[in-house]
Amino acid sequence: MSAAMTMTEKILARAAGKQGVEPGDNVWVRADVLMTHDVCGPGTIGIFKREFGKQARVWDRERVVIIPDHYIFTKDDKAHRNVDILRVFAGEQGLPHLYDVGTPRYKGVCHIALAEEGHTRPGEVLFGTDSHTCTAGAFNQFATGIGNTDAAFVMGTGKLLVKVPPTMRFVFEGEIPDFILAKDLILQIIGDIGVDGATYRSMEFAGEAVMRLSMEERMTLANMVIEAGGKNGVIACDETTRAYLRGRTTTPFTPVENDPGARFLVEKRYDARRLEPTVARPHSPDNRALARELGDVQLTRAYIGSCTGGKITDFVNAARVLKGRHVAVDTFLVPSTMDVSRGLRVQTIDGRPLLDIFREAGCQISLDASCAACLGGPRDTFGRINGPEVCISTTNRNFPGRMGAKEGQVYLASPYTVAASAVTGRITDPRELLQ
Amino acid sequence: MTITGRVYVLGDNIDTDQIIPAEYLNLVPTIPEEYRKLGSYALAGLARTPDQPPFVPPGTMATPYAIIVAGKNFGCGSSREHAPVALGAAGLKAVVAESFARIFFRNCVATGELYPCETPARLTGAFRTNDQVVLDLEANTLTHVDTGTVHRLRPLGDAGPVIAAGGLFAYARQTGMIAAPPGEGGADAGPGAGPDD
Repeated sequence: MSAAMTMTEKILARAAGKQGVEPGDNVWVRADVLMTHDVCGPGTIGIFKREFGKQARVWDRERVVIIPDHYIFTKDDKAHRNVDILRVFAGEQGLPHLYDVGTPRYKGVCHIALAEEGHTRPGEVLFGTDSHTCTAGAFNQFATGIGNTDAAFVMGTGKLLVKVPPTMRFVFEGEIPDFILAKDLILQIIGDIGVDGATYRSMEFAGEAVMRLSMEERMTLANMVIEAGGKNGVIACDETTRAYLRGRTTTPFTPVENDPGARFLVEKRYDARRLEPTVARPHSPDNRALARELGDVQLTRAYIGSCTGGKITDFVNAARVLKGRHVAVDTFLVPSTMDVSRGLRVQTIDGRPLLDIFREAGCQISLDASCAACLGGPRDTFGRINGPEVCISTTNRNFPGRMGAKEGQVYLASPYTVAASAVTGRITDPRELLQ
Repeated sequence: MTITGRVYVLGDNIDTDQIIPAEYLNLVPTIPEEYRKLGSYALAGLARTPDQPPFVPPGTMATPYAIIVAGKNFGCGSSREHAPVALGAAGLKAVVAESFARIFFRNCVATGELYPCETPARLTGAFRTNDQVVLDLEANTLTHVDTGTVHRLRPLGDAGPVIAAGGLFAYARQTGMIAAPPGEGGADAGPGAGPDD
């Protein structure tokens, strides 16, 4: 009999073909999905061909998913060349899961696209060449970011050597107040444990408050695990998970649960009722403050978008604040995927489409879904910070230069707080406007 | 094996956007010309203090520094392999830090571009940029040449031979874990061996 295991340990044990694993074990695990995009895909393909030979085939065509999303709507020649490299490779390998630019299949931000297209299945292992691959942990999947060389290895062999991480468990009890969003929860945690507080560790999110969150809100939690240095995030599978995946995948999956007696490195408990709107100040995601403490911070810009804060739920939440109001600073909106982009016309509040609400509020809206200015990108990227802007953003990182110019200052917050701050032009607790 | 040269001193949480800003991620590390260009942009995103010299002098493609000495959580942020590649392509040989972000550490080992050495004590105050040092990877020490002070490092363990071989693939071939690619002459060897065509 093997010892009681956590969810992360159970997924890795299963993928390694073992009865049991323990934190610290180095195990070869079988990949269920390998995802890459336009920024890291070309380098991964280059290493794959160099190491396995020019005629080599990927280990399993069905399991390689290619989602161009970073530098799409730019005049940069190399960015277009990079998408071409993905296109040629998918063609010669006969890969069915290329979500190609300029076609009806184009999706946008890979982490949201993976979920929308049903590649995030409970109990499975997902490797991706992007640090926010951890987003899929919301679906009870072991999902983690890797570099090009590791990805090329997976591409050729379907396997990767993984060290089993111990699990830190974060339990939110009680009901979440209606002015609090998942972003506030994760900024609270990162402020507590620091940007390296979960290095080499798994982070589990649990408790009635978490299990009451929608799938998209759970994705926001798991998404920012990497901002604490975590290897993966994980949430139990329930009817919310199954309902989201119904109609998106026909592949059978087997979720995992913590064994009774499973051991956690730490278990931290939070009373959800006591949470307040939270902000990460420049230049680190753990530089925490409460929104109500930062009313003196004058802004020049607001940004809503990315894998963290550009889902349809995020735009619905922003629209709740912006409806019938006008923004006081330049406010840029970028949907994460084309489904979200279409949703801006379809979703309504009191009969008004979100797109109309945002236009009437004076927002600048791109309907082209991509990573856009979350990570700066080429100079002509929509919403990119090109000078000493002070920006409040629903994105995930605020290290110097993250959204473009080094002179820029980025405050991270929830869609409610970003929208409320856009209206007043200073950092604003959304309770001021949500009443 | 020892590495001798000058150090470049940095603080905590040097993230991948500072190591290689996202605007240069259109460069593909396996294309030789772009590999070299990545090197020229190494640490271009650093929020430098007025007295801090540039890591790569303007108008050049390489760094005069052999080793970075840094604080906690070096390489945090993105999984972009461009980060260790840019530092390696610039000619850097090792980073000595109190701790590393997990994916950056792994990418150093997988690419063989850099030795990521951990130090149990904080060394950012013990060195100044341009100090001469000797890094001994067998004795696990970093020596300040002028003062003679010897600082102990944590052993690299199993990661050391992988980097010395030139990365994950080269090591796997050297040790018989995988075969050479069909019809080709085997892989590159040595740290910073860089890209192939």
